[in-house]
This record gives sequence, C-alpha cells and structure tokens, in this order.
Amino acid sequence: MIPILAQAATEGLQVTAGWYMGLAAVLFAIGSAGLLLRRNALVMFMSIELMLNSVNLTFVAADSGIGSLEGQISALFIMVVAAAEVTVGLAIIVAVFRKRATASVDDLAELSG
Amino acid sequence: MLIGLLLALPLAGFLTLLFFGKRIGEPGAGYLGSATVGLSFLLALISSFEFISGGENGRHIELFEWIPSLGLNAELLWDPLSAMMTLVVTGVGALIHIYSIGYMHGDPRFGRFFTYLNLFITSMLILVLGANFGVLFVGWELVGLSSYLLISFWFEKPSAAAAGKKAFVVNRIGDFGFLIALMLIFASFGTLDFTHIFEVLHDNAAFITTATATAITLLLLVGAAGKSAQLPLHVWLPDAMEGPTPVSALIHAATMVTAGVYMVARTGIFFELAPVSQAVVATVGALTALFAATIAIGQRDIKRVLAYSTISQLGYMFMGVGVLGLVAGVFHLVTHAFFKALLFLGAGSVIHAMGGEQDMAKMGGLRKKVPITFATMVVAWIAISGIPPLAGFWSKDEILAVVYGRGGGYMALWIIGIVTAGLTAFYMSRMMFLTFWGEPRWDEGVQPHESPINMTMPLAVLAGLSAVGGLINTPFKPTLEHFLEPAFEFVHQAHIPEGVTPWILAGISIGAGVLGVMYAYRRYVVNGTQLEEGGTWETLLNGYGVDDLYGKTIVAPGKALSEQLAFTADAKVVDGGVNGIGAVVKRLGSMLAPLQTGLARSYGVGILAGAIGLVVWLIVAGGAV
Amino acid sequence: MVEVIVFAIFALAALAGGLVMVSARSPVYSAMGLLLAMFSMAVFYVMNGAHFVAAVQVLIYAGAVMTLFLFVIMLIGVDRAVDRTETIPYQRPIVYVLGAGLVALIGIAVLDVAAAFDGSLQVAWTTGRPSGNCTLDCVGTIENISGELFTGWLLPFEATVLLLTIAAVGTVALGQFALKPRDEAPEGVE
Repeated sequence: MIPILAQAATEGLQVTAGWYMGLAAVLFAIGSAGLLLRRNALVMFMSIELMLNSVNLTFVAADSGIGSLEGQISALFIMVVAAAEVTVGLAIIVAVFRKRATASVDDLAELSG
Repeated sequence: MLIGLLLALPLAGFLTLLFFGKRIGEPGAGYLGSATVGLSFLLALISSFEFISGGENGRHIELFEWIPSLGLNAELLWDPLSAMMTLVVTGVGALIHIYSIGYMHGDPRFGRFFTYLNLFITSMLILVLGANFGVLFVGWELVGLSSYLLISFWFEKPSAAAAGKKAFVVNRIGDFGFLIALMLIFASFGTLDFTHIFEVLHDNAAFITTATATAITLLLLVGAAGKSAQLPLHVWLPDAMEGPTPVSALIHAATMVTAGVYMVARTGIFFELAPVSQAVVATVGALTALFAATIAIGQRDIKRVLAYSTISQLGYMFMGVGVLGLVAGVFHLVTHAFFKALLFLGAGSVIHAMGGEQDMAKMGGLRKKVPITFATMVVAWIAISGIPPLAGFWSKDEILAVVYGRGGGYMALWIIGIVTAGLTAFYMSRMMFLTFWGEPRWDEGVQPHESPINMTMPLAVLAGLSAVGGLINTPFKPTLEHFLEPAFEFVHQAHIPEGVTPWILAGISIGAGVLGVMYAYRRYVVNGTQLEEGGTWETLLNGYGVDDLYGKTIVAPGKALSEQLAFTADAKVVDGGVNGIGAVVKRLGSMLAPLQTGLARSYGVGILAGAIGLVVWLIVAGGAV
Repeated sequence: MVEVIVFAIFALAALAGGLVMVSARSPVYSAMGLLLAMFSMAVFYVMNGAHFVAAVQVLIYAGAVMTLFLFVIMLIGVDRAVDRTETIPYQRPIVYVLGAGLVALIGIAVLDVAAAFDGSLQVAWTTGRPSGNCTLDCVGTIENISGELFTGWLLPFEATVLLLTIAAVGTVALGQFALKPRDEAPEGVE
C-alpha cells in the first residue's frame, strides 16, 4: 500500500488497468460465492453471469492497458456465448421446473454415487 | 496360360457354386462342377503333349508376387511330374464328378457337395502344380480342409462329424512335421523354390550335411505319413469312409492320399542324400502295407476293406519312392488311382443298389443284379491282385523289383512285399466273393438294381484304364519313365535289376497273387464260408486296436489335461484373477462413490479450489512472490 | 482525479450490486443487483475506451438477458418462500475459506501492480500504461471493432453464428419435449 500512497503524493492518483482487474477479481469472488452458496438455479445462473462479466472487465482493462483491440473482441465473443448459454440454460430450468416444480439445484441429485 | 486356366476353371466352378450352388440346384450344379473339371483335364492333356517327345524340362508360370520379403512367389511349375499328377487328379476327378451326379441324386445339399468337390480339385491342383514349397503347402492345407469338409459332409451323423474331426487332427500332426521341414529347408537354402534348391543340391551335394538332409527328410516323412495314411498316422483313413462314397474314391483312394507320395517323389533328391531316411521310408511303407493288408482281411464293411487296402497300397508306393524308385512309385500311384477309384465307385454302386447297406454280411449273390458294376469290379480286382496284364501287376512288380534290386536289408522288405501281395489278392477276393457270389443275405425289402448310366459310365472308363493303364510303363516300353525323366533329372534313381531276375521276381509275385485268389475261392466259394467271427477276427476288425491304444495313451490324457486346464487352471486361476481385479475395482468404486454426491454445488467447490490452486501456481511459477 | 472519483463510485455500485445479488432472498432483487453491476461494468468499459462493448453490454445484458431472467422468474413464481438453510455439510465454511483465498490472491495481485509502479517488481501483464492513454486506433469504436472482427476474426465470428443457431434450435426443442409427458412424473407434478 505504501508505494501507492507514495505515488499518489507525488504524481496524483491514476486509475490503471490493475485497479479494474482488482475490482474484477473481487466481483469474480462474489459471483463464485453466490454460485456455491445459493440453491436457486436462477440465482446461480446470475452468479455465473457476474463471473463472466468480471472476466470481460479484465479483458477490456488489459486491452486498454497494452493498447490493443483483441481483448474487446474476446469480450464480445464471451457475450455471445453467454447469451447462447443463457437461453439454453433458462430453457432447461423451465423444463426442469415443469417436471419437478422446483428451481432448487440440490433436488436434482439423481447422479449421486 | 493354359496352365493358369486349368487351375482357374475348378476355382471358378467352386466360387460359382459357393454363391449360387443352391440356386443352380440339382442337377445343374453337378453338370457345372463336372464340366469345369473335365475342361481342366482336356487342357492338361493338351499341355502335356509338349513332354511326350521328351527332353522338355518344364516351365514356370508366375502368377503374382506373394511374400516378397521371403522371395516367395505364387508360381506354378509345369513339368512331367506335375503334368502326370494333374492328369490323374483332373481325369479321375472328372469321372468321379460325373458319377456323383447319380450318386448324390436327391441329397438336400447336392450343390454344396459339388462346391466342395471343386474346391478339392482346386486345392489338389495347387498342391501338385506349386513351383515351391510355399505353394505346395497352401495346397497341402487346402486339401486337408476340403477333405475335412467332405468327410463330414453328412454332418448330421455324429460318426461322420467325428471322422472329419479325426482326419483333420491327425493330418495336423503330419502338417506340423511338414512345416518344420519347410523351415529347415528355408533356413538351409534361403529359398523355397524347387528348381533352385534341386539345382543347388545337384551341383554341390555337400551343400547340406547328411544330418540336415536326414532331419529334413524325416520331417517330410511325418507330413507325408499324415497325408498318405502311413503308420502310425493311418487311423483317420478308415474312419474317413463316413463320407459319401465318391469322396472316398476321389480323396481317399485316388488323389489326396497320394499327395505324400508325390511330395516324397518331388523331393527325391533330399532322400538321395539321406540313406537313413530312405530306409525309414521304405520300412514304414512295407510295414504299413503288411499291417493294413492283414486288417483288411478282417473287415466286414465293404468300404473299410477298400480303405485298408488303400493304406496298404500306399505303403507300396512309399516302399517304391523310399528306395528311390521314384518312377515306380509314381507309376503305382497312377495305376492305383485307376483301379482303386474304380473299386470305390463300384462299391458305391453296390451300396447304392443295396439301398445304403455297407455290411458285406448282408450282401452276396449280386452278380446277376448289378452286372455292369460286377464286370468292372472284376477288372479292378484282377488289377489289384497283380495278375498280368492288368495295371496293378506292372506297377507293383516294378516296385518289388526295385526293392529287390537294392539288396541287403531291403530283401526283407521285398519278402514283406510278396507276402502282402498274396494277402492283397486274398482279401480282395474275399470281398468280391462275399459280395457277388453265394446266396443273397439281403435284408428284407432290399431290391438291388443297377445304377444309372452316369454312374456306370465312369466305371466302364475306369475299368478300361485299369485294364490297359499298366501298359504305359512296361519293361518292354518304359514310356512313363521317359516321360518323367526330366522331372527327376537331378536324382540318381534306382532301377529294376538287369537280366532275368525281374522275370523270376514277377513269377513269384504272380504266384503269390494267384495263391491268394485260389485260397479265397476255395474258402468262400467252394466251402461257402460266411463272415467269420471270433477272437482273431475281432482283433483284425478293430485294426489291432490301434484306435483304442491312441484313445488310451493320447486322447484320454489329453482330455484329462484339458479338463484340468478348463476347470482348474482356467476356472480358478485365470477367472479368479479376472474376478479379483473386478472385485478390487468394485471395492475401490464403492469407496469413492460418496464423493459423487450428485450436488452440483459440491462439484463447484472442487472446481473453484482447483482454479485457485492453479492461480497460486501461476503466481509462484511466475515469480511474483 | 475525476477518473478516480468515477471509478470509486461505480466500483462501489458494482460491489453492492454483486452482494445484493448473492444475498437477496427474492430472485427479483438478485436480478436487480445484477442489473446494477452490469450497468457499472458498462461505465468501466467506456472509461477503458471500449465504446462498442459498452453499448453491447447495455443492449444485450442489461436489456435482453436480464429481461429474459425476469421473465423466467415471473414464469416460475416469485412468491416462493426460499429456504436458506445449508444442507450440504461444510459447504459454507469451505466457500468462505476459498473466498478468503481468492481475496488474498487479489491482495497479492494489487500489491504487485503497485509494486510494479514502484519499479521494484516486474510482473508481466499487469504493468500496463494507465488507462485512457490509448491512441485513436485502439479505441473500441464500431469502425475499429468491425474492422478487426471481419478480417482477423471472421472464422470465429461465423462459428458464433452457428453456435447461436444451435442454441436457438436447442431452446425450441427443449420447450417442445418438456411439454410432452413421458414417463410417470414425480409426485406433485401435474
């Protein structure tokens, strides 16, 4: 922390790629915690979306950090894949709900050993 | 070109019948099969003319590269010896095909039968035409296969199935020896090509040691003994009579069993280098001849008489080729093919007439009922009994004269040969008298009738050949010897003695034959003796119990061993091991199963932990900490 | 300095949105929290010069995807009482430990970034230029993005077309097959 403060004192604070990445990592942690702690399939799905978004943020930040466009392109592809995943995933959730009348993932444990 | 075609014809017949045999059905399949073999015979005849004038050495016909790394090609050799064999195989084969059209009439698997017959002819042609040991071996094995298929043709009969199996297994023992001999030859010469090997040996007899030559020849003898039913591997041939009679005639009299003789004749130069093997081959032949002849006396089944007779006659051939009387051996092979095929086909005709009855105890007095069969069989009977001027006399006497000519210990073999000649005449006469003379002893309802023309026609042709076939190689005009000369140019053959000795020998053997016939006439016709029973006859009927002996000493221990292996070694050790592995895996699985909770969130924890671990490793490996 | 303030505001908003999403009892609140986080992301994208990505973020995520989420939430019932007791043993402690581990890693990373500016450590890709330093050609305008996308990334782009088609067909199929009653349904269903 001291180098940052020292830097702030001399040059003034500047937002760098590292800041965004740190934030993205925290959001990723929050998303993964949500995925592991919540049982509602919908909330789990949202958590996954949050994790994907945090990764996107990392890409874009890194991109501007090194001055290229490839990270943004990657972010776009991730969005496309996420959109496809959401449609199919939600369809599965709806189908399961119709059959089982539950959105709890823990109830779907037929594959236990 | 013609040679390739004459081999391709039966093959084409086989393939056609294999796929369309059932659709072609009766009698088309028979005509097709006979036509292919008959055409082959004509082609062989045309192709043989080049040797008649003599001097031709034969030629190679290369079909395709087979195993280039061994320098082994699918190559045919057309020389006088293979020409002779091809003529016998296709000639007798064609007659038997025609005969079978009548004999197999009404059989539900009529087409199949001709499929197998054509396969057999193809195999036999590959065997005799092969220009190297590789091709010869292929034919050798194919012949064994088709023999197996044909013996157990009526596989609904357990005895036929067992006989086929027995023939196959016993042949296998012989093949084993043959195969080792081939390996030895290849190791010694680096090639399997006949001409090449023979030229090397001819130029330099010391190329291989006597010990190697002896080993090779003795192993070849094992193979030959298996295929040609010589002691002690003769047991399969009598049982092979379970097959249809034309099969017995074709395979177990005229052609396949002569493969061993052919092979010994072909490899005569090896035997020349191994005097011990000559003695062994000749002795095996002589003992087999005597042994089988005595057994033949005691048989009741008409086909088994002929089967043992075949073994006995093959013994003669071995005696002949064993003393390097190669021409004599091949000569007897040819004449024997004629009269033994005739005898078998005649027997088949009798059996056909009797409605399937094979026991001579239930025949008798058939002379008038089946006149053509009777007349033709009389020719064969005289021929095999060694009465001049019919075929058997000339060839058998040539062998005996050559054996005599070797002198020394071979004199004993000559005596055995003479005794066997007498026995042969006796048991053949016994068979004839019991079948055609005397009072009818038929079962009720049996109406003997002469066979149709397509069965009697081959009989007549064969009778003609049996009558005059011997004249191709008489001491006055040795046509066959000249004919075969190029094929045996590398071998120093044994010849019949000079001067009057051969005539005295001939007199003795004629005497033995006549004696045998006369004694049989007195015993069975004049005294009217029926089929004998009792101790000695029982022993003879069972072939001296060789089968029982093998059963006790080889089959039973083998069976016991197999049972041990199956129920102890396999069931407990092997299966136990496999089951043990299965049990361990199962135990392990049930130990690990609780990890599989089925809860997606538990799995997620594992994924996250793994991801964190990966990041830690990246940071550490990246040197950030 | 303005940048820092904007960053601070929206970073807090994003964190708050994420925490709300995780902790809210009702899925509707979760969705709202996620929406907030996503808007904050869009702001960050703009700050990083990724204008087109920011637009897509708002249109696709905040617009289409979140609408779809809300639609499904409404479809399967919002008034369902949520039982939040943990049934898997040790799940919570383990997740807390792992979360702490992740935070620790973040700490290391952030310190590293700072150290990198100090010049004492050289860590590969976190030592970038400060954001906003991008020249014109690396700003994520539609022109630049499409130029890149339709030249160097054409094949992956076509692949996504295929992927989306499959997803669409698969979704329709799932809806179709789920309607057909097959085996005996578990208790309590229809």
